[in-house]
Amino acid sequence: MTLELRGVSKEVAGQIWLHPTDLALAAGSMNVLLGPTSSGKTTLMRLMAGLDQPGTGRILWQGQDVTGRRVQDRRVAMVYQQFINYPSMTVYDNIASPLRLQRIARAEIDSRVRRTAEMMRLTPLLHRRPLELSGGQQQRTALARALVKGAGLVLLDEPLANLDYKLREELRAEIPRIFEASGAIFVYATTEPEEALLLGGHVATLWEGRVTQFGPTPQVYRAPCDAVTARVFSDPPMNFKAIRVTGGEAELDGARWSVDVGDGRYTAGFRAPHLTLEQGRRALPLKARLDATEITGAETYLHLLHGQDRWVGLVPGVRKLPAGAPLTVWLDSAHVYLFDEAGRLARPAPSSRAA
Amino acid sequence: MDKPVNNRAWFLVLPVLVIVAFSAVIPLMTVVNYSVQDTFGNNQFFWNGLGWFQDVLESDRIHAALGRQLLFSAIILAIEIPLGIFIALNMPKRGFWASLVLVLMALPLLIPWNVVGTIWQVFGRVDIGLLGHTLAALGFDYNYVNDPIDAWATIIVMDVWHWTSLVALLCYAGLQSIPDAYYQAARIDQASRWGVFRYIELPKMSGVLLIAVLLRFMDSFMIYTEPFVATGGGPGNATTFLSIDLVKMAIGQFDLGPAAAFSLIYFLVILLISWVFYTVMTAQREAL
Amino acid sequence: MARITLDSLAHSYSAAPKGDADWALKPMSLTWRDGGAYALLGSSGCGKTTLLNIISGLLRPSRGRVLFGDRDVTDLPTTDRNIAQVFQFPVVYDTMTVRQNLAFPLKNRGLPAAQIAARVDAVARMIGMVDTLDRRARGLTADAKQKISLGRGMVRQDVNAILFDEPLTVIDPQMKWELRTQLKALHREFGHTMIYVTHDQTEALTFADEVVVMSEGRVLQAGTPQSLFDAPAHTFVGYFIGSPGMNLLDAQVQGATALVAGTAIPLAAPYAAPKGRVQIGIRPDAARPAAEGLPFRLLRTEDVGHHRILRGEIAGAPFNMVVPEDEPIPAGFDRVALDPARIGVFVDDWRIEPAERAA
Repeated sequence: MTLELRGVSKEVAGQIWLHPTDLALAAGSMNVLLGPTSSGKTTLMRLMAGLDQPGTGRILWQGQDVTGRRVQDRRVAMVYQQFINYPSMTVYDNIASPLRLQRIARAEIDSRVRRTAEMMRLTPLLHRRPLELSGGQQQRTALARALVKGAGLVLLDEPLANLDYKLREELRAEIPRIFEASGAIFVYATTEPEEALLLGGHVATLWEGRVTQFGPTPQVYRAPCDAVTARVFSDPPMNFKAIRVTGGEAELDGARWSVDVGDGRYTAGFRAPHLTLEQGRRALPLKARLDATEITGAETYLHLLHGQDRWVGLVPGVRKLPAGAPLTVWLDSAHVYLFDEAGRLARPAPSSRAA
Repeated sequence: MDKPVNNRAWFLVLPVLVIVAFSAVIPLMTVVNYSVQDTFGNNQFFWNGLGWFQDVLESDRIHAALGRQLLFSAIILAIEIPLGIFIALNMPKRGFWASLVLVLMALPLLIPWNVVGTIWQVFGRVDIGLLGHTLAALGFDYNYVNDPIDAWATIIVMDVWHWTSLVALLCYAGLQSIPDAYYQAARIDQASRWGVFRYIELPKMSGVLLIAVLLRFMDSFMIYTEPFVATGGGPGNATTFLSIDLVKMAIGQFDLGPAAAFSLIYFLVILLISWVFYTVMTAQREAL
Repeated sequence: MARITLDSLAHSYSAAPKGDADWALKPMSLTWRDGGAYALLGSSGCGKTTLLNIISGLLRPSRGRVLFGDRDVTDLPTTDRNIAQVFQFPVVYDTMTVRQNLAFPLKNRGLPAAQIAARVDAVARMIGMVDTLDRRARGLTADAKQKISLGRGMVRQDVNAILFDEPLTVIDPQMKWELRTQLKALHREFGHTMIYVTHDQTEALTFADEVVVMSEGRVLQAGTPQSLFDAPAHTFVGYFIGSPGMNLLDAQVQGATALVAGTAIPLAAPYAAPKGRVQIGIRPDAARPAAEGLPFRLLRTEDVGHHRILRGEIAGAPFNMVVPEDEPIPAGFDRVALDPARIGVFVDDWRIEPAERAA
């Protein structure tokens, strides 16, 4: 089972919601759509599901054109951010509802409902009604309903966004397991880079209605094709600084290091955990001003001002540093990405090539 | 958002189209047909062009009825809308009392028009009516059968009694959609009662208020049954509104042609005023 | 501005509470100093919103008193408590401009126009909305609206406290960074007492000087982010703080040794023989793959960018480890070594101190 989008785009009332997009989702793959609110994730999902018609382009399911086919006739399941269940039905009936519509034999329904409930850890709750359940249990019921009919394509639109932090963490660890057991193509929309990394598989980063990159998740994280992708796929956001390269050497705050790109203007990009307070190997000293610190218990976030640029650093341990004072932070040049003037990646961070 | 197109869906709309055609479009065409012809019975018709329209537009009798009608609608709106908002603001928000008040409020809406008319017709009578008799006993010179002002007052009070509930219930629904956090924020900001109304409640109610004003206008402009039953359009022509006059013309005098022209003009006037209301209030909402 | 004292507070929503379960908030006392930043952390239904509503005056506690400074405010309504609140969803006056929104609380208190204008300008600068001051609030994005709510909370100089009820729920992750820094800067600049309610540990820990962890209506621990992380008083705190949470293993503790599934593990200090259910707790970053130690079965490896999470089991119990990105993971390792200094001992879910320190 594969899903292919060819030149699919969407325009509503003269506004482009999705630029022409090509995307091929492999059989039984986990695909994450990562991007901020209104970057086109939901638009893309609705097109995949057949809830909306694309303005241009074709959608192929196992090589067959299904553009314009009704959603009811496709083997699609969708889970939303809101917990959508039938409030008057028990969990059992909720899970069984899609099967009853398909006129499947009662015994078959029963065994499939129980198997799915077991997988979703809902067995002890089968006779409760959704409103008697916690948010996490309600969303698990919605997930079970999506999975029970054996849909070939399961679309999850920020399914954990309305859950408590800890519950989110738990379900997040469960979803890869559920996905492996189902064998379906999963498409999972999220705004959080960490969620994308935890889910693994492939990721498509979205920005203002455009898929900026599609590839294996760790690879996109370590070698983003442009500055926009790097920004979308970093939390805390990636730090940037405009620099110059002359004679094969880059210069930042007076420190120089050799790079294998042509001379000219570039934007250097580096992530928060790679700024340190201690001088390490190949480390460049950067003179910044400390705006604020945030302590998470095990780590400290440094909010820095470097000229006009706002940076975030993440250092291990609890650091009590005076806000508003100058601070020298160190950056290992092996962690620096270079983006050209058009924003394209000119040189990935050397450390990411090793990984 | 466009959905996959399915042409079979048109079949689902077909019954509605057929019913609307028989119930609205075809009768309307009949009226148009009458309005441009003259008849003396025997199913003989003579072409009269726009003559009837001219007659109606120049008729003093209809001008007077239109004037009464506009005055009536204006008074009704001026009383029922603020009163409805006021009642909605003071209704209990939840619990047993909320349900009870809702049921009590809905009661007048459930009574048929002619029954409302009869109730007030009897209620206001000086000889046996509770209201009329009490007022007379208290020394008021009240008699809606003889005094035009008393007749108007009776009909207006009757309409307010009958329909303010609708406005109140619509506003109540609008108010219920305001999250508690807004009221709490307003309390923290030390907003006055007027501030809460002006900046939180009124903006959230503006949508339903538009509907309430339109409904109450159209309904009061077309009022027939209640004054017909209560006062019969009198004393004299004092409470003869457009629809009562229209019926007199069509059935009482059997002037089918002028009546048809009259009803078409009537229809257009309602359409025009409703459109004006809608446009003005939508703009008002934007500016609020 | 004032110190806030919660004096043996308790609350029940039922008129005649019987069992433990009837108390939404179990008896508690806390003192918060003037100008501090505090967080109430817990999952939904833990009582944190009940506590917030008691402080804001929306609820009257069944028992106990609330003091602002030396003044008992238990029976005062919200209006008279002189507090500000920022809600989960942005509450703005849609029909007003941004400027009118910010000026509203001051205008209602009848301040002179010049003073209002100066204050509104200062706050607008702090929340970065100088350019949008004359825009109508209705058309703005969720995070801009939330900034207005934040600004309305800050605009009064004399408030006793500013309460935040999960204020970043509807904000994009990228924007959260900006708003959080702004909040920090506002706190530093204006010095208000701030109380922040959330289920998100990152928000609570990064915001507050002191975090109050709650579960099932009970305050489990109140302390600095560091103490909650290093020395959780209760297993729930260990689980709730940190991502993934603390690992817990059933153990027998004898002196300075813990016995887990037949393997002896050294502890940093001796413990007096504890009674009850004994567990040791260890943070995922204090465990390392090793040649000898506890037998570990690896189930999954998750690459989270700057570190990896190894999920597995020790003696049937789930056990997670966090390994930095530049540290190699030995192929096929099946043992785990624990850092003795960072092992905590828990009896019936509560942390106990080593023998000599307790004495």
